[in-house]
Amino acid sequence: MIELEDVSYGYGGGTLLTDISLKLAPGSFHFLTGPSGAGKTTLLKLCYGELIATKGRVSLFEHDARNMTRDDVALVRRRVGVVHQDCQFLDHLSVAENLALPLTVAGRSTDPQELRELMKWVGLEAQAGAHPPELSGGERQRAALARAVIVSPDVILADEPTGNVDWEMSLRLLTLLVELNRMGKTVMIATHDMHLIRSAKSQVQARVLRISDHRLQLAGADL
Amino acid sequence: MNPIVAKILHFIAGDDQADRVVPPTGFTARLTVFAAASMAFLTVFAMALSLATGRLADRWGDELAQSSTIRISAPEGQMDAQMLAVMEVLVTTPGVKDARPLSDEEQHALLEPWFGPDLPLDTLPIPRLIEVIEEGDGYDAAGLRARLAGEAPGAVLDDHTRWREPLVHAAGRLRSLGFVAILLIAAITGVMITLAASAALSANAQVIRVLRLVGAQDAYIARAFVRRYTLRALIGAAVGTVLGMIAIAFLPTADVAGGFLTGLGFQGWHWLWPLIIPPLAALVAFAATRNAALSTLKERS
Repeated sequence: MIELEDVSYGYGGGTLLTDISLKLAPGSFHFLTGPSGAGKTTLLKLCYGELIATKGRVSLFEHDARNMTRDDVALVRRRVGVVHQDCQFLDHLSVAENLALPLTVAGRSTDPQELRELMKWVGLEAQAGAHPPELSGGERQRAALARAVIVSPDVILADEPTGNVDWEMSLRLLTLLVELNRMGKTVMIATHDMHLIRSAKSQVQARVLRISDHRLQLAGADL
Repeated sequence: MNPIVAKILHFIAGDDQADRVVPPTGFTARLTVFAAASMAFLTVFAMALSLATGRLADRWGDELAQSSTIRISAPEGQMDAQMLAVMEVLVTTPGVKDARPLSDEEQHALLEPWFGPDLPLDTLPIPRLIEVIEEGDGYDAAGLRARLAGEAPGAVLDDHTRWREPLVHAAGRLRSLGFVAILLIAAITGVMITLAASAALSANAQVIRVLRLVGAQDAYIARAFVRRYTLRALIGAAVGTVLGMIAIAFLPTADVAGGFLTGLGFQGWHWLWPLIIPPLAALVAFAATRNAALSTLKERS
């Protein structure tokens, strides 16, 4: 699905990531850890074509990312759901319309019943008609997750999804991501929250990867 | 259905959901409509000027090409004799349809603009004028001059060529200037809409980021802006065109004064010409916005 071979990334003369090799197999679950500024977000962006590696090869669904046009990258993003810590929405649209946005841009119609079920799954059915600025931090994260999965992507990449929410909401988000993994989705969560990783132990078999000194390391035994 | 026609119809019909992804922008919307309306209004006038000068050039060309004048300057006692001689020559000249001496009143009217109404025509040694109307391909001017020199030495043929050509040329130039003005107005419209669209694209950077994140292709994002600006330009240009046509229709006539711009406006089926302005403005807006949108999206990739 997504494969990085000896990938390096740098800018402004500096190097952020060096010789990263990673393969996200179908149905796998990964945590990506490391201190702030280590390059977790950069690595995720390489995985969905937002950035192009300065060295090495990134393969997105059998396509070399270096040779992909902007439209090719757009098509990749229909197969990769992305959830950011600072999730952005179209503030003039309702929450329901924002959630349906990936379907809209793909030219697909929205099934109102499926949309309702999705909103119920993330606990936002009461906020369907609200606008994003009216949502709390946790609600925004759940809305972002729902938006990421509405097109049934193969891979879900979450960048510090619990960074702005309390512990209870963090566990709830984790549970949702684990449920998606059980449905066969590949999940990778970038986080520096070790409590969250430990909490996942009882729910899912995950690999923990750590970025340290610009390189990717396996952080101890698999959970 | 022709695929191009189908695409145009699909573009006009639009997609309600796709149209809503870009938030309404009040300022740039009003700016675009106003700019398109103003430019269409000016285009109507430029078009009217161009068509009017075209008619003027044709009229001068046709009317003056079919007529000429013979001026007789002779001593008082010989004037009538030379007039008769000239008329006899003209009657026997092939290509001359009609010839007649201008009456005193007609000569007075010709001189009045220069010397005023109280001109004492009787006491002034004014040449007599004979108007000659041609037929077919006209007469042989060199032959006629030679015959006049022999029969009436005081007669001079003026076939209007000397001053007709510069006038027709000037009117033609004015018509060309009208077309140039229309092209410039179209270019300015394109520039203004490009600026408005670029401003809207910059103001909607977050919208573009979100759309890209969820898998929108450039064409989809551009289309959301392009359709909006094209329709605004179409509506603005339609309003401006109607107002321009109304203004032209109510222009005061200058027949009495007989000024150069007499007849500025549209005549007959030429009233249909302004109707092409709104679709052309929409076309300009489509090209300008599409170019601006795709350039901006490329820069932000």
